[in-house]
Amino acid sequence: MKKLVWLILFALVLSSAALAQNISQIKLKDLQRVLTTKTDRIQVINFWATWCAPCVKEIPLFEKLRTDNTNIDITLVSMDFDLDPDPAKVERFVTRKNLQNKVVILAETDPNAWIDKIDKSWSGALPATLIINTQTGKRKLIQKELHEGDLEKLISEVSN
Amino acid sequence: MKKLVIVLLAIVAIAASPVKQGFEVGDTAIDFKLKNVDGKTVSLADFKDAKGYIVIFDCNTCPYSKAYNQRIIDLNTKYAAKGIPVVTINANDPAASSGDSFEEMVRIAKQKDYKFPYLVDETQAVAKAYGATNTPHVFVLSKDLKVTYIGAIDDNSRKADAVTKRYVEDAADALLQGKPAPTPKTKAIGCGIKWKSA
Repeated sequence: MKKLVWLILFALVLSSAALAQNISQIKLKDLQRVLTTKTDRIQVINFWATWCAPCVKEIPLFEKLRTDNTNIDITLVSMDFDLDPDPAKVERFVTRKNLQNKVVILAETDPNAWIDKIDKSWSGALPATLIINTQTGKRKLIQKELHEGDLEKLISEVSN
Repeated sequence: MKKLVIVLLAIVAIAASPVKQGFEVGDTAIDFKLKNVDGKTVSLADFKDAKGYIVIFDCNTCPYSKAYNQRIIDLNTKYAAKGIPVVTINANDPAASSGDSFEEMVRIAKQKDYKFPYLVDETQAVAKAYGATNTPHVFVLSKDLKVTYIGAIDDNSRKADAVTKRYVEDAADALLQGKPAPTPKTKAIGCGIKWKSA
């Protein structure tokens, strides 16, 4: 009987682990590739963290955008690594919210060395969202919480 | 006539130049009058013998502010004695961040036994004038309010004992020696200041 309980517990642990989305940890050069590789799909890159309340609040806008507009690429870049290099919190968050967008963790230390390489006008404050037309080089950086309709407007601005 | 054209051109040039937001290193900052957690109004000019100031836009709620809380207290302990006091300002809109209400500021200042002002920037006018964006966001000023450093406290938010570059300490030490800050500007990941919705 005791064995059975253990088996069930073991199975539960395994299945919950399998449910958690495996999130890749990327480096700055991987991110820069997304920002610069020429594609006809508009790149929407959101910088967020599990501790950032306005970030968490605006994430559903990106999930909605994903279903509304299939001609863009959305990347949600977690900046949690800076305070907590353990990816578990991010993985649990993504699983709990059942996020469908691509989520990555930027696993770099010393932000002062690379914030300007993402965007010179970025202060490093979260949330921040970067929208890029890689064909024309047009880009928009928004350094505040987004609201309904903002993303669509920004995407049309870089599309022309 | 020629004079008029020049004047007109100057007006056009001024009107066309983008509105500059905030101070850069080398600019002269402004003094302010803000309410402290003890209810009294504080200005930089109140510090009669100051050789400079470490102005920090901070808050109660941001995990970065929490991670740096002890380091801010330590900065004041070390540099107030040398004539460069720490002055902290909370500009977060309590409507967007209830943990940043004045009452909560008073509670935290008491609990942490702040020996430095913790001021509320109710209208957010000071944060905007300075160009503060993050918490914590540091501006080191000389006695005559020249900005000598803008940015992060150091290069490791997570672990105080793993810090290799102490940007604010270096700027404050340089100020005491009459030298420019070795690293005058840095950036860090942080919480955006919670602005009032327009």
